Amino acid sequence: MKRIISFLKSHKKNKKVESIFLLPSLLGVLIFFLVPFIVIIYYSLINNPMEQKFVFLDNFNALFDNSAFILAAKNTATFSLLAVPLAVILSLVLALLLESQIPYKSQFRTFFLSPMMVPVASVVLVWKVVFNFNGPMNSLIGVFGLEPIKWLKSDYSQFVIIILFLWKNLGYNMILFMAGLNNIPKTLLEVAEIENASPWFKFVQIKLRFISPTILFVALLSLINSFKVFREIHLLTGDYPYDRLYMLQHFMNNTFKALDYQKLATAAILMGIVMIVIIGILFIIENYFGKDVEG
Amino acid sequence: MKKRHYFSRSILFLIAFLFAVLFILPTLLTITNSFMSQWELSANYGKVFSEITSDNEYTSEKVNLKLIPDMVSFKQYFSVLLQSPDYLFKFWNSAFLVIPIVVGQVVMATFAAYTFYRCSGRVYKILFFIYIILMLMPYQVMLVPNYLVADWTGLLDNRWSVILPGIFAPFSVFLLTKFMRRIPEALIESAKIDGATEWKIFTKICIPQCYSAIYSVAILAFIDNWNMVEQPIILLSDIGKHPLSVYLSNINTEEIGLAFAVATIYMIPPLLLFLHGEKYLVEGITHSGSVKG
Repeated sequence: MKRIISFLKSHKKNKKVESIFLLPSLLGVLIFFLVPFIVIIYYSLINNPMEQKFVFLDNFNALFDNSAFILAAKNTATFSLLAVPLAVILSLVLALLLESQIPYKSQFRTFFLSPMMVPVASVVLVWKVVFNFNGPMNSLIGVFGLEPIKWLKSDYSQFVIIILFLWKNLGYNMILFMAGLNNIPKTLLEVAEIENASPWFKFVQIKLRFISPTILFVALLSLINSFKVFREIHLLTGDYPYDRLYMLQHFMNNTFKALDYQKLATAAILMGIVMIVIIGILFIIENYFGKDVEG
Repeated sequence: MKKRHYFSRSILFLIAFLFAVLFILPTLLTITNSFMSQWELSANYGKVFSEITSDNEYTSEKVNLKLIPDMVSFKQYFSVLLQSPDYLFKFWNSAFLVIPIVVGQVVMATFAAYTFYRCSGRVYKILFFIYIILMLMPYQVMLVPNYLVADWTGLLDNRWSVILPGIFAPFSVFLLTKFMRRIPEALIESAKIDGATEWKIFTKICIPQCYSAIYSVAILAFIDNWNMVEQPIILLSDIGKHPLSVYLSNINTEEIGLAFAVATIYMIPPLLLFLHGEKYLVEGITHSGSVKG
């Protein structure tokens, strides 16, 4: 408390007018995110809003015993584990493709970026047709002698969702990677050329190292976006999808409908903690991998 | 050697071309199919969209996507625009939700980013870090506080319960701060020596330097919110207030022709924004770079 007061005093002395610009935004963030967050932490630790008795981790234990939550968490985790690395690798491939000297570069960039602009709700009709049991996808795999698949009502449904996710997100990530590749000092690559370094060495030791902050950023963005895939699932399959497509957002929606504040709060806190841990781990990895190239 | 180089380049070009076709095809199909007659669409995909009500999905009839209509017809657009006000109504619902969010978010973020650019004390570092953490939180987590606030203030089922939290989304603040930090310090210093007030520096130096970033933040906010599904489902129980993005999934067989036309109309605003602002958008994304620094 003392420190805050002394800070405010010194602040007054300095008369930083610039700081006023932050106030409206900060006020909004406090009201809509931070203060309710503290209430949510409180909710996750009490038994119910009436009695308000502290039960500590009982709510969390109850959540771990909830089979719907476990299913949703498992599905979301597998989806993210598959989709995020794929998104990072494929968008890097696209960026390298455009960085190599091919004609019509800017047209390609526009094409790759365009899915990002198209609302999911608009293209979902086409996706429904493509992955229909009698649709083009099954005709295509039929050419290779494979049996038709019930795409949205089997374990292959995750595959469909991953395709949709990649289609939408690769363009944005590609732009980030192109910027990262552009920032590599040209002299370094020239030296490597003179020293007769192999393309593989150049790629791993120079390019990958220099773009490691970008890799981290792309991984983080893809991770956040992977949680938004509920949109695609909801628009494709409605409220009651196949089991493999039952995501955390579905669980939350049902809990919202039941107005179970304890469950909502506990699930939100748990997800927040997991997210912070993942972010922390990604940062540590990046720090280790790219430490000698950052000034 | 030179010949081999040429060969590998054509291979790369071919791969890029293949990717490009895959990326553009779903969008293109939606647009061309909107010019098919209801009859043609039903004949082609009627089965697909009736599968929910009946169990005829697994009949042997093949469903083929057609790129080019047998006969171009504008009838679907005619019906959407003049005969079924329902869809148009939902389109305006989307606009009423998204436009205030975009405008509010851009204004808030420009102001907030200016503080983060100019002030470098420990407190601001911590605050900026909080913004980043909030930005990285999944939707599912952020919707719970939003719901609580809407419940406390009695805003549930009111458009403002979606709009207000949207205005304070921290991603734009992050992106704009990143961009402003590229403005040379000397520019601000010299303006200060000339006696410019903080407001003058903000409006006359900072904002003009950031036009492209502000534009790209606006585009990004627009696409993201034009696409919204989660918030209206949870915060607006009145289906009459739902945006088109949610409503479009509820079409049934008889209206499949309309659906393609509505889908196309729905992608026009973001596509126009994209075609107009692609350069700025790319520049904005480029400078968002990394989380650190």
